[in-house]
Amino acid sequence: MMKNVGIIIELDNKKIKETNFAMITMARAKNTQLFALVLDAYESGVKENLESFGISNIVEVVLAPDQQNNPVTRAKALVNAIEEFNISMVFGLSSAKGKDLLPRIAAQLYAPLAMDCVYVDIEQKQVKTSQYSGKTMASVQLKGDIPMVGIRPNAIEPVKAQTAARILKFDSTHLVTDEFRVIKSGELDKTTHINLSEAEVIIAGGRGMKKSENFTLLSQCAKKLNAAVGASRVAVDSGWVPYSMQVGQTGEKVSPRVYIACGISGSIQHFAGMKTSGMVIAINTDENAAILANCDYYAVADALEIIPKLTNILDNG
Amino acid sequence: MQIYICVKHVPDSAAHITILDKNRIDENISFLLNPYDEHAVTEAVKIKNNHPGTEVVVVCLGNNEAEKTIRSAMAMGADRGILIASDDNHDSLVTAFALKSVIEQDGNPGLIFTGKESIDAEGMQTMFRLGTLFDFPVATNVVKLNIESDKAVVDCELSGGVSNVYQMPLPCILGAGRGLNTPRYPTFPDVVKSKKKPVKTIDFNDLNIKEVTTKMSIVELVPLKQNREPKEIKGDADGIANELFRILKQEAKLI
Repeated sequence: MMKNVGIIIELDNKKIKETNFAMITMARAKNTQLFALVLDAYESGVKENLESFGISNIVEVVLAPDQQNNPVTRAKALVNAIEEFNISMVFGLSSAKGKDLLPRIAAQLYAPLAMDCVYVDIEQKQVKTSQYSGKTMASVQLKGDIPMVGIRPNAIEPVKAQTAARILKFDSTHLVTDEFRVIKSGELDKTTHINLSEAEVIIAGGRGMKKSENFTLLSQCAKKLNAAVGASRVAVDSGWVPYSMQVGQTGEKVSPRVYIACGISGSIQHFAGMKTSGMVIAINTDENAAILANCDYYAVADALEIIPKLTNILDNG
Repeated sequence: MQIYICVKHVPDSAAHITILDKNRIDENISFLLNPYDEHAVTEAVKIKNNHPGTEVVVVCLGNNEAEKTIRSAMAMGADRGILIASDDNHDSLVTAFALKSVIEQDGNPGLIFTGKESIDAEGMQTMFRLGTLFDFPVATNVVKLNIESDKAVVDCELSGGVSNVYQMPLPCILGAGRGLNTPRYPTFPDVVKSKKKPVKTIDFNDLNIKEVTTKMSIVELVPLKQNREPKEIKGDADGIANELFRILKQEAKLI
């Protein structure tokens, strides 16, 4: 029998986020059809994007305009859509928004949920996800009617698979949440900021950055590389940059294609947050820094000197 | 008002993890209060100091050793503790059923805190499961909290320093994030005082939690190792910068 797999699509400014494509790739399996669940209005092109990765049904969940940003209403509408379309498994991104949305849905459905998955076996309902502060990879068995999985951004390379999709409207304008009100909805300024957990490239600074102002050197270089700027716990605790920039066990867990560590010693807790990165490059003045023994390329040098030079080359290259 | 804080006894983040029997860890390592829960305790104590008459109760599902974690929370200012004793590991749904049952028996929560996630299971969902069971509103990754008579106004951090601001009535359930406060580490007299505070132990099996059909269980654990072979980039600053550019362009294919 055909199984319906639901994929919660994250949009960004009406465009599709690249990170959705790897998730859709992971969700494809024999005897399944893929339902994209979309909560927000989107531009032309998004339908074609979804079709090129194998989506055969696009469920447009329509919310009342004043409920568009309400996480409780959004979760409730998706719960209804999952039931309406007989969805038997749900995929979503383990992004900042996903970490709020997916558990809300799982709680209402009494569904099992594993976050931050890097591998999903749809047939066996087993996933792989990090546990114990990123020190172990756990295979977790999900038992229950509608297993839910949160996918770590950049976990795999997306692979195309052309389909044609039909559009299904799902009217949810009657849903209103009174008891949980949105006072202010923060929006990232996309021109200056790239989401850390979804970035393809991260330049992170640690103790070796010495002061807050030096992080500007990293941002300048990051701009050229379309990278996000991260930080170690020391940099955050010293007040140089906000907590939200922390990579590590008590910060973001990231898997960029390239991670450039500047003046970061590489504590076990820092590795917990970035060890699944593709290429790791470390620049540190201390030749005994732990990170130099656990990276792909390193230079025993002062990042404060090297990074501006790299920015210059990127400018002219 | 009564504030309940659901805490977890977790392996120290610096501890070396050894896997036993394929799917569990050697627990003969140091365990402590989950770091995010420290922010929850600190915030609850802050509220208590501003609202006389508030009682702060710590609840923990764990083995008998977890009493240490409850004592740590009490040293940080919580008034008393409840240990739901169980030698087994439980998933978030069973944990939520156990916490709800105990909190309900114990009193009337005006506010329930958890950490935004535990650093061992990294599940990020117990607060939402509790919310469904209690039918209370939930917010997570809370980095700012204002209690205004019968409602809570919270800033929940999304990413990059950007927050959403939500308002909800009390009682509600909040998952504490890193930016919420700076935990106040206990002084020696605090620790001494915490030893005299009461901890009630309830056996998990006495709660008669009904069998649930939804389960998450660990089939296998493997150490997450990196097999990186570090190559040194040598030369002067210009040479290093040029070689970095080459690596980013030719090997990482970024440019």
